[in-house]
Amino acid sequence: MEPSPVKKPFFTPTVIVLIILVVNALVWAFMRFVFGIGAVTNLNNQYPWGIWIGIDVAAGVALAAGGFTTSALAHIFHKEHFHDIVRPALLTAMLGYTFVGMGVFFDLGRYYNIWHVMIFWNGNSVLFEVGICVMAYLTVLYIEFLPIVTDRFIGRVNFRGILSKLNSMIDTLLRFVDRSLSKIMFFFIILGVVLSCLHQSSLGTLMILAGPKVHPLWQSPISPLLFLLSAISVGFPMVIMESIISSRSFGLKSEMDVLSSLGRYVGPLLGIYLAFKIGDMAVRQTFVHLTEINAASIMWIIEVLLGVVIPMRMFFWDKVLTSKPLIFTAAILVIFGVLMNRINTFIVSYTPLYATEVYWPSIGEISITIGFVALEILLYRTLVMIFPVISQPLERIRLKTKFAAKGVIR
Amino acid sequence: MANSSRRDFFKTLGIIGAGAAGLKTKSAGAAPVKIVSDNRMGVLVDTTVCIGCRRCEFACKEAHNLPTGNIEDYDNRTVFEQMRRPDTKALTVVNEYPGTDKKSGPINVKVQCMHCDHPACVSACIVGAFSKQENGSVIWDESLCIGCRYCIVACPFQIPAFEYEKAIEPEIRKCDFCWERTKKGLLPACVNICPVEALTYGKRYELIQEAHKRIEKNPDRYIDHVLGETEVGGTSWLYLANKDFKEMDFPKLDDKPAPGATESLQHAIFAYFLPPAMLFSLLGGIMWLNRKSEENE
Repeated sequence: MEPSPVKKPFFTPTVIVLIILVVNALVWAFMRFVFGIGAVTNLNNQYPWGIWIGIDVAAGVALAAGGFTTSALAHIFHKEHFHDIVRPALLTAMLGYTFVGMGVFFDLGRYYNIWHVMIFWNGNSVLFEVGICVMAYLTVLYIEFLPIVTDRFIGRVNFRGILSKLNSMIDTLLRFVDRSLSKIMFFFIILGVVLSCLHQSSLGTLMILAGPKVHPLWQSPISPLLFLLSAISVGFPMVIMESIISSRSFGLKSEMDVLSSLGRYVGPLLGIYLAFKIGDMAVRQTFVHLTEINAASIMWIIEVLLGVVIPMRMFFWDKVLTSKPLIFTAAILVIFGVLMNRINTFIVSYTPLYATEVYWPSIGEISITIGFVALEILLYRTLVMIFPVISQPLERIRLKTKFAAKGVIR
Repeated sequence: MANSSRRDFFKTLGIIGAGAAGLKTKSAGAAPVKIVSDNRMGVLVDTTVCIGCRRCEFACKEAHNLPTGNIEDYDNRTVFEQMRRPDTKALTVVNEYPGTDKKSGPINVKVQCMHCDHPACVSACIVGAFSKQENGSVIWDESLCIGCRYCIVACPFQIPAFEYEKAIEPEIRKCDFCWERTKKGLLPACVNICPVEALTYGKRYELIQEAHKRIEKNPDRYIDHVLGETEVGGTSWLYLANKDFKEMDFPKLDDKPAPGATESLQHAIFAYFLPPAMLFSLLGGIMWLNRKSEENE
């Protein structure tokens, strides 16, 4: 099993549907940048933040947690067993965070000033902390991805015509980058985990400033801890879900032994998250809000029961861990739970002081959010076809060179 | 080889430590300075005096180069049928509420930015575009703003408004306490125009004394509460009324400054960059131990 570019036809019916969704989003994106945020969204002075922040940014960051959790498991805790899933998880995180940045870019009124964040620091602002950490982590993710690029091209740079003179130079450069990176990569790996812990938790601090505008079921002083714990528990389910979907889509055999040993971590992680969530509820006595039936209490019960309790029980069950459809279902439930939590914290629980209406995302907002997801899947498919990301059984036995040992078949 | 890589490992760890130390000083220096001067100014709004003529709305628009319309139109009292909020086209609005009994007429309440002493918007702003000035004004700096609207999420009074309809250079608009006028020694436009002196401009601490004096003198006229004296840590604008402020759509707020909780959380996580640096070292240590045990095998 070595990572190598997937050789399968790019177009499938699903891919065509995804392309249509992306084109639809492009139309709305054009409208947003020409006519302004008000023209395509239902945002107003009562509801300044909608699903572009709640889903694209908050949930996007959480669901990209597979990157740092997997890299911590494989590199820091040195579980060699999981090396095959590090690259797919890294690619998902890299794309995930890229789209978080895009989501922010769409939502900012003065998107062209986004670079101000790097220059005009406000150390008191939670949003600043999130922003600067996400920017730094995105850079780290690109650096972590570089060895996959050098793997792909070392010894294969083959420009024709006038550019052919550059071939050996670029090859030397790639080998230099590869050598230098392998010496300092541990620094970026640890930095990636630290930055992730920082901004995953700070995302939970964001809405504390909104005070009584956020429903007490989600307005908790330990919200940063809950955000961090839920992000850590959703990391592996994301990897499991992706691995099963991509192996199915490419007709590869999924590595059930790796996935089920990965699944063994999920139950306890969810247990810790649930313990803090319920403990916080008991201490602040917010359970009284569950006795009344309204949108908040219903959403809370769906989030916790369907998204935490049931999948937690499932991941503690051996039968689930060894069955592909069951572990897939359990993983999807965890992902659903964290998605719901972010939507609830940022959107459902938010009641303006002088609300005259209820926020519901517009078609434009939904189209752009869906378009981002579709584009992300398409880019993932493209990149695994170009770069050695997914581990596949070697088809032919070849002489192993230095670089073949690292994943490129020559 | 194994040794040299381990040496690299520690060398780099050292560099990170130095880097983290450098970052610490930088972020501390860049934090917005919170100036709450003892001589900061304020406005005392006596809602029992206000007649709802809405001249302040007109003067405010005029002072901020917003379309004013005809001044006669401001005599139209049908606008009071609905509660209105300040927005990008009107930085202050007057609302009307029924009086305590039939004899006393309706109560009119002017609404605008309260100019908090510990403003949530100043704490929230990702680039520090909001600032609390020495004279008490909370103002917005157009040149910094990136349009994230976290100030609107944060504001405990729902005041900042954003120009959603603009694709380019949308502004955050709110009362700026007539920053441009007070700099020149002029009164805020609304205070200046008020025909019944419902608005009193002065040093905040003097206004508080004055407010309590009025309550003492006319205990029947006022309830014993100066709104803004302690709410969210105090505001530059202060209100007097003859009935509970909650009945006039003022939010029920406690006395803790709005940004208190998040700032202390934030600063605990980043205390001198120590917690992140410690996490880094801890993870580095685990990684090193795991590598070493592998080499020994």
